[in-house]
Amino acid sequence: MGIVSPGFFGRPRRDDPGLPPGQYLTEGFPVLSAGPTPRIDPDEWEFTITTETGQVHRWSWTEFLALKQDDVSTDIHCVTSWSKLGTSWRGVSLDTLFESVESDCEFTMAHSYGGYTTNVPLDDLLGGKAWIAHEFDGEALEPAHGGPARLLVPHLYFWKSAKWVRGLEMLRQDEPGFWESNGYHMYGDPWREERYW
Amino acid sequence: MKTGWNVAEVIEVTQETRTARTLRLRLPGLAGHRAGQHVDVRLSAPDGYTAVRSYSVASASPGDELDLTVEELADGEVSPYLVRQVAVGDQLEVRGPVGGWFVWDPADPSPVQLIAGGSGVVPLMAMLRAHTAAAGSASPGGAAPFRLLYSVRGPDAVYYGAELDDLARLPLVDVTVVYTREAPAGSNEPPRRLDAATLVRSTLPAADNPAVFVCGATAFVETVADWLVQAGHSPARIKTERYGGTGTRP
Repeated sequence: MGIVSPGFFGRPRRDDPGLPPGQYLTEGFPVLSAGPTPRIDPDEWEFTITTETGQVHRWSWTEFLALKQDDVSTDIHCVTSWSKLGTSWRGVSLDTLFESVESDCEFTMAHSYGGYTTNVPLDDLLGGKAWIAHEFDGEALEPAHGGPARLLVPHLYFWKSAKWVRGLEMLRQDEPGFWESNGYHMYGDPWREERYW
Repeated sequence: MKTGWNVAEVIEVTQETRTARTLRLRLPGLAGHRAGQHVDVRLSAPDGYTAVRSYSVASASPGDELDLTVEELADGEVSPYLVRQVAVGDQLEVRGPVGGWFVWDPADPSPVQLIAGGSGVVPLMAMLRAHTAAAGSASPGGAAPFRLLYSVRGPDAVYYGAELDDLARLPLVDVTVVYTREAPAGSNEPPRRLDAATLVRSTLPAADNPAVFVCGATAFVETVADWLVQAGHSPARIKTERYGGTGTRP
């Protein structure tokens, strides 16, 4: 613990085991993006996984929606210190998308419409830990929150859950994405407070 | 930047508006920062409970001092303490300055358009101040035109008013203030919300390919960024910083 701030007592404590260190609860859903919100027509949307051999696995919006859909209830944690507990999403598990993908790579780079990138180890995408989500709270995901579809990797800080995701690129070695090149942590585990370099 | 948590001392406080105050901090060992960066401030209660919030740096000094301008939120946990309780001589725990994206680089010769909604003017003020400092040096950015469009509720809510008036007289700087609820006394223009036509009229044209920085509440930033793209600005040239999804800064 650091120095005590004289006269500061804070909000009434909610001893919440779901709250990682240094986070506070929010009931809202703050929007944080680095630039304008891209508007993507689902007719032009596609999601790809590109392997180290250059093989491209591709899904159109219709093909993507025809895949097995998961309903996910999870907590999310933003590096700017807010957490939101018990959020509801619907989307396709990365396990499903990777079923037919052959790759020896251990790392991935997520690419988004609008140019955003973020790196995530493959292990963190598989095993029921990550989805491409297209619904939030029973509604189509709004563009400001990453619609038509965003990556959802809730066990990492939320900047890893790339909005407007359009594909994953398999990488032999870990490389920094957008925020990781701008002062933020390569991995981003909220329970270890991996916020900045 | 300095890593981890460090102890800063409050060396000066200035009331900006009825609800906002600028805290000048001294952070020993700090050697300047980039204009547009923020710091995290951590408050600790006697029982060990801590609360952390991020605040943009308003100053652009090369040394170990930082100005933070904090707006008090009615339902805030940290901001009321910083605006009403903290006094000169107090210590605060600070992490940063951090951020490598929403920053202005004095080596960039591009014209710059700043667009602020309310307290979103804070990091943009750091850029204006850094530009003024660069204008006296050989940095290419010091010779670039700088424009600020500042949307604010009324004259009572304006931060840095006298300084902005002075800056607006500089040859390369242009400041436009749009009052949304209450116009200044004696003004012929009624208060009105910013609209796309006013935005286009009072900002650098897309043809100049300016670097654009937009900061404010989410709804403001979303709307302004959309208008800019519709007006022909490349999305790649528009950098945004938003606070709060619920209309408030935490």
